[in-house]
Amino acid sequence: MEFDRQSELNALRPDLLRFARLQLRDAGAAEDAVQDTMLAALTGGHAFESRSSYKTWLIAILRNKIIDIIRGQSREVAASSLADDEAGDDLLAESLFDRRGHWQPETQPGRWADPEASFEQQQFWAVFEACLDYLPAKTARVFMMREFLGFETEEICKETGISSSNCWVVLHRARMGLRACLETKWFAGAGT
Amino acid sequence: MLNCSQATELMSQEQDRPLALSERISLRLHVWICTGCANYRRQMRVLREACRRFGGWDSR
Repeated sequence: MEFDRQSELNALRPDLLRFARLQLRDAGAAEDAVQDTMLAALTGGHAFESRSSYKTWLIAILRNKIIDIIRGQSREVAASSLADDEAGDDLLAESLFDRRGHWQPETQPGRWADPEASFEQQQFWAVFEACLDYLPAKTARVFMMREFLGFETEEICKETGISSSNCWVVLHRARMGLRACLETKWFAGAGT
Repeated sequence: MLNCSQATELMSQEQDRPLALSERISLRLHVWICTGCANYRRQMRVLREACRRFGGWDSR
């Protein structure tokens, strides 16, 4: 039996919008992407066995819409604007390592207890989203192109006009920032 | 010998490009003796898995 697609679509709308906003950092563009996705979803014909396969299908459409928008925006993440993000990121690296480049005693990464159990919790995803949002905008953009949209680094270079070594640096900073945020806001409290 | 800061760079890059043999060997040695970096490396995999799920590759 088919579930009510229209009401499922309405229920998922906020999720889709949050995903698009995180990615695009532009409420108007995110709204456009979601509108287009919903339109495509309403006119798309085939049957779905479950809500989760329907959601997966919707997110796949949305992801393509987001990629189109990113491709349409010409070189917005120029190397110069990435430089604005760098000051904050360097501060993080300085606070983590001593002068010889070793972990400070209080910043040495601990063991994360049972990540799989965390993934099961709604609260974890709220923290994860907040940590993504906390990354500098351009850094987050490159990171999400890599991890959420599945771009290879060469494609990111092409779309954003940054060099591949710069791209690796940006991705490294994003991961370092996200890791530090999750450790502080989630795993440290969840107990080791 | 790598320091932790350099090791974290390689641990990020190994998710984006194949490391050279020399890089793999020095990273392996470093992680073998450094608990912090060994944890960091596991956490990089957790991050990737979290992104994969958050991004809807898996439904949740």
